[in-house]
Amino acid sequence: MSAASLDGTVPRPPVADRARAGRTVRAGRRLSVRVEGRTVTVCGLLLVLLAAVVSVSLTTGDYPLSVPDVLRTLLGRGDGAQEFIVLGLRLPRVVTGLLVGLALGVAGAVFQLVTRNPLGSPDVIGFTSGAVTGALVVLLVLQLGGWAVSLGALAGGGLAAAVVYALSSRGGVQGYRLILVGIGTSAVLQAVNSYLLTRSRVEDAQSAQVWITGSLNGRGWEQAAPLGIGLAVLLPVLLAAGRALTVLDLGDDAARALGVDVGRTRALVLVLATALTALAATAAGPVAFVALAAPQVARRLTRAVGAGLVPAGLTGALMLLVSDLAAQRVFAPTQLPVGVVTGAVGGLYLAWLLVSQWRRGRG
Amino acid sequence: MALLVAVLLLAAAVLASLAVGSREIALGTVLDALRGTGANPQDVLVVRELRVPRTLVGIAVGVALGLSGALMQALTRNPLADPGLLGVNAGAAAAMVTAVGVLGLTSRLQLVWAALLGAAVVSVAVYLLGATGRGGATPVRLALAGTAISAALYAYVSGQVLLDTRTFDRFRFWQVGTLAGHDLSVAAQLLPFFAVGTVLGLSQARALNALALGEDSGRALGAHVGRTRVLTAVAVTLLCGAATAAAGPIAFVGLAVPHLVRALTGPDQRWVLPLSCVLSPALLLTGDVLGRVVVRPGELEVSIVTAILGAPVLIALVRRRRLAQL
Amino acid sequence: MDTRLRGEGLTLAYDDRTIARDLGVEIPDGSFTVIIGPNACGKSTLLRALARMLRPRRGSVFLDGEQIHSLPGKEVARRLGLLPQTATAPDGITVADLVARGRFPHQGLLRQWSREDERAVDAAMAWTRVADLADRTVDELSGGQRQRVWIAMALAQDTPILLLDEPTTYLDIAHQIEVLNLCAQLHEEQDRTLVAVLHDLNHAARYATHLIAMKDGAVMAQGDPARVVTAELVEAVFGLPCVVVPDPETGTPLVVPRARTSRLGRDAGHQPGPPPDRAPAPGRV
Repeated sequence: MSAASLDGTVPRPPVADRARAGRTVRAGRRLSVRVEGRTVTVCGLLLVLLAAVVSVSLTTGDYPLSVPDVLRTLLGRGDGAQEFIVLGLRLPRVVTGLLVGLALGVAGAVFQLVTRNPLGSPDVIGFTSGAVTGALVVLLVLQLGGWAVSLGALAGGGLAAAVVYALSSRGGVQGYRLILVGIGTSAVLQAVNSYLLTRSRVEDAQSAQVWITGSLNGRGWEQAAPLGIGLAVLLPVLLAAGRALTVLDLGDDAARALGVDVGRTRALVLVLATALTALAATAAGPVAFVALAAPQVARRLTRAVGAGLVPAGLTGALMLLVSDLAAQRVFAPTQLPVGVVTGAVGGLYLAWLLVSQWRRGRG
Repeated sequence: MALLVAVLLLAAAVLASLAVGSREIALGTVLDALRGTGANPQDVLVVRELRVPRTLVGIAVGVALGLSGALMQALTRNPLADPGLLGVNAGAAAAMVTAVGVLGLTSRLQLVWAALLGAAVVSVAVYLLGATGRGGATPVRLALAGTAISAALYAYVSGQVLLDTRTFDRFRFWQVGTLAGHDLSVAAQLLPFFAVGTVLGLSQARALNALALGEDSGRALGAHVGRTRVLTAVAVTLLCGAATAAAGPIAFVGLAVPHLVRALTGPDQRWVLPLSCVLSPALLLTGDVLGRVVVRPGELEVSIVTAILGAPVLIALVRRRRLAQL
Repeated sequence: MDTRLRGEGLTLAYDDRTIARDLGVEIPDGSFTVIIGPNACGKSTLLRALARMLRPRRGSVFLDGEQIHSLPGKEVARRLGLLPQTATAPDGITVADLVARGRFPHQGLLRQWSREDERAVDAAMAWTRVADLADRTVDELSGGQRQRVWIAMALAQDTPILLLDEPTTYLDIAHQIEVLNLCAQLHEEQDRTLVAVLHDLNHAARYATHLIAMKDGAVMAQGDPARVVTAELVEAVFGLPCVVVPDPETGTPLVVPRARTSRLGRDAGHQPGPPPDRAPAPGRV
């Protein structure tokens, strides 16, 4: 069948491609990748902004450095002090922040897609509350610190998420049931958290509160490296599954009709997104609000329909780095944990974005 | 039928709340004390000065939380919506840390009013933000606006709390939420808020039923979409603000009770709203009584007990039933 | 009779509710098969089972001689398409974008958008006459246009067998006929096998080349509509007393409900047709 045969018109430029204002990048016969104009522009802009924030983070501080200094140091030709400051202190912190933001942004986008709920985030499945419980047990009950806290958080969060999955899966994970079981489990865990916080010495509780808030203070390569490896493994798998996610948007039956194994896809991406959240939490604690806000912001910037995992991840990274910069500098010499600022920056920016969009009569 | 059972449950919870505590008092003695004819002056004192105010506050807070939760979920048609979504809890928390940390206020009553003021200001701000532009304050907009503003406020709260140990100490206990430590004056001062909120909220049941079919169907059935939303939001703010001011942010009750009720009755708001009003204080008082018993002579805060008590029930119901979705 | 798609001994159930027992159906190749029956007789359930949406409790569905549930989902989706009742268009999606989603089973990670995809999407939009709407968002379309867009998506999937679950529900009479004409044209000119669940007996009788009549989860009759649609069958399946006359336009059977035996003569002839399927609920949006 051809476009011309039916209505007798002259064949026009392909409607399908024109309409989506997208471009197809082809290499040979078998390779073709779809990209959409506006999304590409937005992602490019986000990358430029990220580069700018990274260079500001690397050059400013108690010991200001010029960009050439930093570049020289990165290439291994700086002096000892510069090397310590850039490679030992600032770079690992920036890398950790970047990766944590990326992980949270992508994870948030996945959760909002799967639960079809703009309020969906990894908190929904009880992971965050569980991680906090695990960390609090280690910090306040066992009185340990350092890696033990991360392990505790991982164990607590993983256990909570596993319980929620197990309790909510009955012939496939269903969005609505997942949310409600998550609420219930989180409530129990939060009750335990409050109990732990109110029954310990106030100083201990306060330092535990710092971990709960999420912080990048004093993060080094030992946090950045495992995070980087984890993301390198998880992200490609998730992005590959992301194509099926866009079809899931049409409803379960329609997605099945197009050959997507709905239950398995949903379970797979949820597990991967939970793993991303877990990695982020072990590195920086449960940083608030990035997972919820980044996908919303990204969706409104790109105006794209569908998964949008990449823009959401980049937005998350930018949000976290800007927040960390503010956390270090605004109240200097007091170093606030980054989680304090992500809420403020993310919340206010989201509010501003919503207002400007609604004023123009969209959404 | 379900309503009758719920009322009986509530009555039992009230009696238990008057009789049980670190000092056991027989039911007969309780009734004597209420009539002012108790033999043991100490029992009379405990019942009239401690247990009665606590129980009354528990009932008021319970009704407010259950009803505002049900209203909020009906309004936004989002199962994640708890009354805190309109920014009430965040506003109360921000006002609370400001009052303690910046203004140096300490008395219980001052803090109650500060929390109420904060809740009111913030929920109005959320509503105005949600109502910007054409289209008005749709539920999704309200939810997003509330989430954004709450995030910013909680950031402020955790900043304050981390910078100042004294504020943190006060805040961590306020945040748990408890019914203890009230005399009747607090309950009396907040009563108008509870009363107006409850009447307003219950009166919206039929309109919310119509709106549940979607905005257009609601209009076609003669419901005033805009007016219903505003009135419901006002009721939620009054109820949840007063409850949070009186007892701190008790999160789970408002979220879970409407889900429990819907699992029992289905989605008709004319049943959901009143039943939430009755079941919620029953749950809250039961939690409070258990909290006094399990770690005697200490106490567990009511919010901890209700969560641990209510969550398994919620999960069991969710797993067993075909859900009445929103 | 050649048949690529058939079900044998199907027992269909949701959770603990059994819908149908021991069903046997064969979809003749190149037919326009229509499934009819009263509300809740299991016709949509049967369609879902045929499309691999629902795993039968007992029995199997065979596609090209293989058990459909043992085939990979994408493999099935390249041979058999389904337009479900419950599809939802994501907010703000354009027509062209929605139709393009139908190409999913033909795409892979490294082959995301081929010229073949483009051709199929263009052709599907031309066929359903939605090419001019390509840049519009689905939300702003009328019900009839929207339905054509969904059919275009199913067409873009480019499968030899296409299943449609109540494609005419919520459309006015002109749009119902438009959609059915489109289906008939597809069937005739492209030699596709079509299976549709329809409500209107007369539509079914006029357009179907093969009819399956169901009641209470059992197949009451199947075959050529001219032979299947009789007054006895309609009475047995729908409980509706009627006469069957030749359609003045096509000569196919036309079901005319009997007049109410009314004491007031003027009421005669105002007999309602078969009742609508269910209370007003959002259709495909």
